[in-house]
Amino acid sequence: MTRAFSGADVIYLIEAARWTVALALVAIVGGGVLGLVVAVFRVAAFRPLNWLASGYVNLIQGTPLLGQLFIFFFGLPLFKIQVDPWVAASMALSLYSAAFLGEIWRGSLQSVSRRQWEAAAALGMPYGQQLLYVVLPQAIRISVAPTVGFLMQLVKDTSLTALIGFIELTRASQIITAATFAPLPVYGTAAVIYFVICFSLGRLSARLERRSHAAR
Amino acid sequence: MPLVELRNVHKRFGALEVLKGVSLSLEKGEIIAIIGRSGSGKSTMLRCVNGLENVQSGTIIVDGIEVTAPNANLNLLRQRAGMVFQSYNLFPHLSVERNVTLALRKVKKMSDADAREVARAMVEKVGLADKLHASPDELSGGQQQRVAIARSLAMQPTLMLLDEITSALDPELVGEVLRVLEGVAAEGMTMMLVTHEMNFAKNVADRVIFMHEGQIHEDGPARETLLEPRTAELRNFLSAVLH
Repeated sequence: MTRAFSGADVIYLIEAARWTVALALVAIVGGGVLGLVVAVFRVAAFRPLNWLASGYVNLIQGTPLLGQLFIFFFGLPLFKIQVDPWVAASMALSLYSAAFLGEIWRGSLQSVSRRQWEAAAALGMPYGQQLLYVVLPQAIRISVAPTVGFLMQLVKDTSLTALIGFIELTRASQIITAATFAPLPVYGTAAVIYFVICFSLGRLSARLERRSHAAR
Repeated sequence: MPLVELRNVHKRFGALEVLKGVSLSLEKGEIIAIIGRSGSGKSTMLRCVNGLENVQSGTIIVDGIEVTAPNANLNLLRQRAGMVFQSYNLFPHLSVERNVTLALRKVKKMSDADAREVARAMVEKVGLADKLHASPDELSGGQQQRVAIARSLAMQPTLMLLDEITSALDPELVGEVLRVLEGVAAEGMTMMLVTHEMNFAKNVADRVIFMHEGQIHEDGPARETLLEPRTAELRNFLSAVLH
């Protein structure tokens, strides 16, 4: 017996979207912290750290996210470590985000001219102050747009976790489609929800950029 | 004791030897203009004086601080030896006032109110009182460079290092910066300036140093040295820049 796609299904999808948002938030926080480490390792004046970080970035950026999800979900149990889809998804997406955010932030740091460091040094500011008060504020402003761009990508990438059975927006859409045989309205609704999330992020980014310009 | 002393300083960038045994001493209150072709080592020498570049050998002492010592307190040194750059290097994310107060607050640990007091006085001194709250990108090159001078002066340095500070400016903006500098000179500030402004060197500097191929080729009283060069190299250089 099939049933019609109804308002209740829309509510169900919106509720499932909470998990999309939650997963994205975890990946942003986890990936953000780890991404800072990656960025710092990439620019540190110590070769082995540079190699470690760039090896990591290459590995993550050069392999499909789906494969990374599978490694956590199907791979860890081989070592007798049982993970549920939520844990596997959080870990994989955090590690994935760290590589991309780390690179975005490294690039932003390095795009601040060496002369800015020198000007700060010439005023007697020690390294930490040069970084904190002169270079970082400029680097952050440069990084806002690409960072938010990546976060939008990340929100949509959470849909891949449907494939390891994590019930978020896309998995919920599959479930409702199976019951209603109405893929177009179901996935259309899901698309609208993704759009609303990403569009809000975009607005936030524009606000942040305006604010950082106003603060000049 | 001289305020600045360089003894047999050698500096290499890779295989290129930029300073080939430079010795120089400078008394408090003295103003020296450093001239020479590009690549002669004049900017590098200036950057060595406040430790922005390391040297391979030789000794540099500034205001009692041995810059070339491995454990030199460069941050303290740089509070005493202010530097102004060719490209101004104002902090673009901060207003004129914040540009001046940043190091006062963070390095000298001044209160915000005191720092702003100093900033207002310094910015006024360079004739930009009305631009105190402007952002650097709203200023002309000449105005930005004047703010850079104010920012440096605010730290109350004993010595100012000025690295071709008018070279990036449109010709009509050079005068306003040089006038500010004359004012600073008149107050007795010790200055080392790398410059292509021969008239300024002649009128304001006490001494002129002509650098050639990594060495000090001529060193003498400004007016005399520029009007009656002793060596063919300086004569050639002067005729090249003056014509």
